Amino acid sequence: MADKIIYATFDDDMVLLESAKKLTAKGVHIRDVFSPFPIHGIDPVIGIKHTRLAICGFIYGLIGLTLAVSGMYYFMIVDWPMNIGGKPNDFLYQNIPAFIPISFEFTVLLAAHGMALTFFLRNWTLPGIKPRNPYPYTTDDKFVMEIHPSDNEISTDELMSDLQSTGSIAIEER
Amino acid sequence: MEFVFSKRAKILFSVLMIIGVIAMIVGFMNDHSNHHGRFWANILTNGFFFFAISLGGLFFLALQYATEASYMVVLKRIIESITQYIFVGATVLIIFFIAASAHWNHIYHWMDNAVYHEYVMESTIGTDHPEYVDEMVEGAIDNEHYDKIIDGKSAYLNLPFFWIRTLLYLGVWCFFAYFFRKRSLMEDEIGGTKIHLKNMGYAAIFLVFFAFTSSTAAWDWIMSIDTHWFSTLFGWYVFSGIWVSFMIFLVLFTIWLRGRGFVPFVNDSHIHDIGKWMFAISFLWTYLWFSQFMLIWYSDIPEEVTYYVQRITEYKGLFFGIFFTNFVFPMVILMSRDAKRTIGYLIFVGVVIFFGHWLDVYMMIFPGGVGGELHIGFMEIGMFLGFLGLFLYTVFNSLSKAPILVKNHPFLEESKHLHI
Repeated sequence: MADKIIYATFDDDMVLLESAKKLTAKGVHIRDVFSPFPIHGIDPVIGIKHTRLAICGFIYGLIGLTLAVSGMYYFMIVDWPMNIGGKPNDFLYQNIPAFIPISFEFTVLLAAHGMALTFFLRNWTLPGIKPRNPYPYTTDDKFVMEIHPSDNEISTDELMSDLQSTGSIAIEER
Repeated sequence: MEFVFSKRAKILFSVLMIIGVIAMIVGFMNDHSNHHGRFWANILTNGFFFFAISLGGLFFLALQYATEASYMVVLKRIIESITQYIFVGATVLIIFFIAASAHWNHIYHWMDNAVYHEYVMESTIGTDHPEYVDEMVEGAIDNEHYDKIIDGKSAYLNLPFFWIRTLLYLGVWCFFAYFFRKRSLMEDEIGGTKIHLKNMGYAAIFLVFFAFTSSTAAWDWIMSIDTHWFSTLFGWYVFSGIWVSFMIFLVLFTIWLRGRGFVPFVNDSHIHDIGKWMFAISFLWTYLWFSQFMLIWYSDIPEEVTYYVQRITEYKGLFFGIFFTNFVFPMVILMSRDAKRTIGYLIFVGVVIFFGHWLDVYMMIFPGGVGGELHIGFMEIGMFLGFLGLFLYTVFNSLSKAPILVKNHPFLEESKHLHI
């Protein structure tokens, strides 16, 4: 039994949310929920931790800022000092206003691309990778809840009857 | 639920106003600058800053109406009460402009008749009213006060046209503040969706009008202090300052009201949303401040750099200090989601940049209006407190006049359940 996974299908996100609340109140651990759109308020119910993507974004942004500033420092001050409008160019701070737009652009560039790549890698949904979604219809109009009986102490039969009574339209074990 | 304007608050604000009046009188007596320039510059700084908060509120309210936003409905009465200061603020500004037009102060250099005429009758020099002439005639000599640059701007910068514009802006803005308030109270009684749907159109009209006049008002009232200088970005820069000052005040005021238990329907998500506004508009302000600075710094054209040369040579620490404070504090402290939901962080950042944006207005007006010496003394602080008292008194008073939560707004229920 340990290898089997229960997939319960719902046709309404609110029904699924209520069902998830009832099940978790009984101590059932829900592994995952598949849905065509974000279900409002589902994260705390099924115990999904807050995303750390923002922290990654911040770090990528800092890397971008550092790269841009140090790059421009090397190109424009150290290696080949540029005379722009007769402005002094002995030190970085004398020309820093001119470097701000590029630093900003590079920060945004690295933060945005880094976050997008991290997101795809973490979810393992890069092009060519087989989707892990068990039912293609969850990208259309159905919602699926994934429960591993091995996570839970209550029996599979009880779990199934609970799912049935809370509004699941189809339950599959595989 | 009704908001009660407690006796203690009334006394506190009255004390602030009395401090302000004392600061005004003592300051006026001890002010030895040209034509009491420092005193009048204080009136303009405070008059404009608090007027700007209520104007920002009016703009924000119109924005909510035009976009039919639901999340802000529970805060609507708070925003409305802030807009009601606009009548007092407009009065203060009009008093100031009358004083300027009557030459009681020389904040606006271009209001002086002498700068427009190339020649002056020699026999009348030294009298109270020298006779200026535009053409060389018998008995006329070169007018040493003649200013070719200002004379070239006289088609726009002349007193009659200035007054027409000023009265137009103030009149229309005040009308909309009155009009939106009236319709909001009407909606409480009548209900239905008719008022709500029509507000959208009226707000759109206001926003179009505001888009033009917020810029031109900034040119007329503030940019013309440094008459020789001009910047096409200035209107936007002032506008972003107006908006962010309002957002800061809204955040602080809402948090205070919630702490006192007047607004139990405001949840963490509402606070988070207005915190995001404060964060985002701080960036808008920084962006515009820096864009204006960098373009002028880069091209280094003499007629453009004068504004910055004066501020950097005389007020270097304060000038750049404000920029970094108003930028770095919101950015570093309010960046994460949790910080925008933590009251302590919001209050800390809000209070710091509230003063920061007052100093920003100070920095726009004082170097050109008064000149060189940096002085934030008893007069500045006292008059700031006085105007703060007046502002808070007006806002609290108008908030206590109507129920603190709107009734019958079509999105009220949705707004109460805001969850982000």
